[in-house]
Amino acid sequence: MGNAVLAELKARSVSRAEVEDFLFHEADLLDRWALDDWAQLFTDDGEYLIPPTDLPDGDPGKHLFLVYDDRHRLGERAKRLGKKSAHAEFPHSRTRHLISNVRIAQEAAVVTVHCSFVVYRSKQGVNDVYPGHSIYRLIVRQEGGFAIRSKRAVLDVDTLRPQGKVSIIL
Amino acid sequence: MNQQAGFDPISWAVVDDRARGVFRVHRRAFVDQQIFELERERIFSRCWLYAGHVSEVAEAGQFVARPVAGRPLLINRDRDGRLHVFYNSCTHRGAMVCRENAGRARNFSCAYHGWTFADDGRLVHQPIPESYAPACNAEGELNLREVPRFDEFCGFIFVNFDANAIALADYLAEAGDYLRMASEHGSSGAGMEILGGTQTYCAKANWKLLQENSADGYHADTTHATYMDYIKAREGAVLNLYAAKGFGRVRNLGRGHAVSESIWGTPWGRPCARAMPSWSDDIKSELDGVFESMVARLGRERADFICHGDRNLLIFPNLVVNDVTSLTVRTFYPSAPDYFEITAWALGPKAESQRLRDLRIRNYLEFLGPGGFATPDDQEMLELCQKGYQAHAGVEWNDLSRGMLTEDGDSPAKQDELQMRTFWRRWRDLLAGAEV
Repeated sequence: MGNAVLAELKARSVSRAEVEDFLFHEADLLDRWALDDWAQLFTDDGEYLIPPTDLPDGDPGKHLFLVYDDRHRLGERAKRLGKKSAHAEFPHSRTRHLISNVRIAQEAAVVTVHCSFVVYRSKQGVNDVYPGHSIYRLIVRQEGGFAIRSKRAVLDVDTLRPQGKVSIIL
Repeated sequence: MNQQAGFDPISWAVVDDRARGVFRVHRRAFVDQQIFELERERIFSRCWLYAGHVSEVAEAGQFVARPVAGRPLLINRDRDGRLHVFYNSCTHRGAMVCRENAGRARNFSCAYHGWTFADDGRLVHQPIPESYAPACNAEGELNLREVPRFDEFCGFIFVNFDANAIALADYLAEAGDYLRMASEHGSSGAGMEILGGTQTYCAKANWKLLQENSADGYHADTTHATYMDYIKAREGAVLNLYAAKGFGRVRNLGRGHAVSESIWGTPWGRPCARAMPSWSDDIKSELDGVFESMVARLGRERADFICHGDRNLLIFPNLVVNDVTSLTVRTFYPSAPDYFEITAWALGPKAESQRLRDLRIRNYLEFLGPGGFATPDDQEMLELCQKGYQAHAGVEWNDLSRGMLTEDGDSPAKQDELQMRTFWRRWRDLLAGAEV
């Protein structure tokens, strides 16, 4: 048995409150546009997904998603949104990420999290709402906290109308 | 409708001065309610419009329901394998008979009073039938109504709401061969399919701005600077093949259609079939195989053009086929002068390997779509333009003169605006009452 596997078996048990604190921290980073810090929350093989609105259970390898980021691309997404030349988000919109209805299921060092979210976005007189639910796979860090192996943000809207785009991170 | 005395779009909306090389469009064309109504009547009610792809209704019983030019349509393949395009409206009192966007059905039953239509459109059931006189449906007039015209070209299904429209193949003019090329991708030659997953979004802008934007070679370096940054971060450098291969050209394809195209000249990879340095050896060798099989099927010149080139195809009035980082079919329709809805799909070869299908989707999303690294910035530009047009009384004209004095030469440059002038000349003529 490898050391990594041994470490996973020994992973400490985590509480829902601890997971919620982590999700609130992530939401805070996003609302403060600390996006490089947000990207650092992910594991080296982390991914960030938004399925199509008409196929919420879709498979990113088969279906046309809205976002299908590997770790490199989500880091570049964060970096891109920090630039003045990311026009759709310049000046930055104001956002508010709300997280609720959190449920967790732990298997060794992996915590599967289901939660609901609402993201409000306001820019130049236009107010958009993005309701949805997320599924996370979190890796329990022995030293405390978590790393995100995958985040799948599922929009609970039929179409991206009137929002038009997902130029922010959900 | 057209109540204004002496109203004549030719006289004021478009300035087309070929001798001086000046082309201008009046900004009222983007905000005016009267123009919008005329577009519905003289363009969208008379031109061939993209409605769907045969792969979406490949098997008997399959249907898709969606609006085309604002009208609810039901596209299906009946139990005998025949394709139909119906208005999705009960012939009794008008309710939409199909309430799902896609699925399988042998019958369509109206939820209001229960009238039921077979998959070939025949009215087969009315509750309490004895109350109806035989004359009520003697001519089949209560069957589901088919649209006046529909036809298929290389898998693309188009409809026309004008029964007297010219044939689809004639309408497509030289754009037809480009649509054919978009149907020839892949090693198998088994045809194309729309991938599952639809991007349904919108922009708070005039619809014509997206047709202008979709083949605009002039905006890439500024609007999409951050996309170039991404490529540079991933590949180490943005390939500059322009010097060696040329930036490409634009072509007027007739009847308002146009294309911007190039070979090798763009800095991104293509799932059919042009690898980037960072892509794995497995992908590179598989793409080599795709290319060679297309050479065997289509000849080297055509395979080289398809695989190693890029094309942004504009079919008048509202179909865009971007054959770039991936292959996308995009159509759009306005519900007001300053708002339109966009629906976009990914198109890929049937029987594509899982590895290339995954690449196709990843490569699509690095640039395209409402969550991509480029499309949201395009939308922002469209919406900024629309806001700017609120000042149209003070700043009246858009300038689309770029490359105008050389537009009749062999290779108008891809950064030129011939493709937009091609659109606007057609728009002007149709609005003025010309035959489609």
